[in-house]
Amino acid sequence: MQRHFDEELKSLNAQILKMGAMTEEAIMDSVKALKQQDKEMASKVVNSDKRIDMMELEIEERCLEMLALYQPAAIDLRFITTALKLNNELERIADLAVDVAQRVLEIVDKPLLKPLVDIPKLCVIAQNMVRQSIDAFVNRDIELARKVVLSDSEADKLKSLVQNELVNDFMAKDGSTAPRAVPLLLIARHLERICDHATNIAEDVIYMVQAKVVKHHPEKLQ
Amino acid sequence: MPDNAKMKAEKVDFFYGPRHALKGIDLDICENRVTAIIGPSGCGKSTFIRLLNRMNELIPNTILKGKISLDGRDIFDPSVDPVEIRRRVGMVFQKPNPFPKSIFENIAYGLKVNGVSSRKIIEERVVKSLQEAALWHEIKDRINDNALKLSGGQQQRLCIARCLAVEPEVILFDEPCASLDPVSTQKIEELILQLKKDYTIAIVTHNMQQAARVSDYTGFFLLGELIEFDRTQRIFTAPSDKRTEDYVTGRFG
Repeated sequence: MQRHFDEELKSLNAQILKMGAMTEEAIMDSVKALKQQDKEMASKVVNSDKRIDMMELEIEERCLEMLALYQPAAIDLRFITTALKLNNELERIADLAVDVAQRVLEIVDKPLLKPLVDIPKLCVIAQNMVRQSIDAFVNRDIELARKVVLSDSEADKLKSLVQNELVNDFMAKDGSTAPRAVPLLLIARHLERICDHATNIAEDVIYMVQAKVVKHHPEKLQ
Repeated sequence: MPDNAKMKAEKVDFFYGPRHALKGIDLDICENRVTAIIGPSGCGKSTFIRLLNRMNELIPNTILKGKISLDGRDIFDPSVDPVEIRRRVGMVFQKPNPFPKSIFENIAYGLKVNGVSSRKIIEERVVKSLQEAALWHEIKDRINDNALKLSGGQQQRLCIARCLAVEPEVILFDEPCASLDPVSTQKIEELILQLKKDYTIAIVTHNMQQAARVSDYTGFFLLGELIEFDRTQRIFTAPSDKRTEDYVTGRFG
């Protein structure tokens, strides 16, 4: 039986996709701003956040409305609650992209402390994880979701590497490097947090598709 | 299942003449729990619940196979008195069906039929049943009024009180809110949640949200088969059978 509700679900799906695309763009631009030391690009990311925030409110309202009006069950219920959570995760990811852009603005006028090696790697991982987690949601792809969850440890490792290098090789030896080292350290931290949020999305997708809770139960991922 | 089975259906088949209405049903009705039976019209849910107090044997040309037991004893055993079963397993129907008598007499009737003659005991039991059915404070000043003067929701609670008066152990509800307004429906639902502390309850309902709200276990019937039986929370968030999912999400039925 074709339900009017299916149309609503489809349109919610489309909205989440749009929110996902906007978030991905924010990450991409903040990373570009960092690599190219591009002030304008960084400002663009900061300014575009308002739109994503508004979108978050819109999606949230929509989900609550659907829950109240249709009292969905089973897969429909899991889809809407997952959309609600995804919505919050994406908004947080966009905020972190803004944080990266703001750190870029702090260092953009100074020479780089060192050539960037691990941070660009971390950028690629973060971007991939976010894109894949949204793809997993759209295509109900559990394998891809699982891949996202598993790649989080790589991000953690890279972040520690960056942190150790900046602290031990620079700040510990020469305190005057701190104003240029701390923003880089924070950028690594922001990127790693983005990966954490992508992981949450992937875990929610697994719940949505399989009704299996893998969050805080890594053993169930297998 | 961690809960204790008060009633047990084992490999139950039921026929109305040539029509095979129930097919190999295995289902436990757990003690002090609410078990909801859901499914589209004609799926056999009412047929099933009526077997639990031997109501279907009043219909000619029916055949029952398999076993239904209450506290481990086969309720269809020839040595079992059906009247005794119906006292222990009470039933509340879709439409409130009070007798055209006073509120008091409606409840006293079952007691008298069961041989209680002491006026004092009857009066006590009437008050207690009305209290248990959450009707007492609304009608205590007009207990001798005709029951048909009550509102639909009150009449239904009166029928529940009438059922409680003979001290059953299991109460079967067959679509108890189908003819009630939302406020009366809510009162009956609250009542069911109260009653499960002392009674074992099975409820047939078309209202899936109601099943989700009041029950601990849910069984989904389709074309005479029990498709899925699980904790209610599971049935409504993550059913394992596609047909259950299609039904609870309103894709058919």
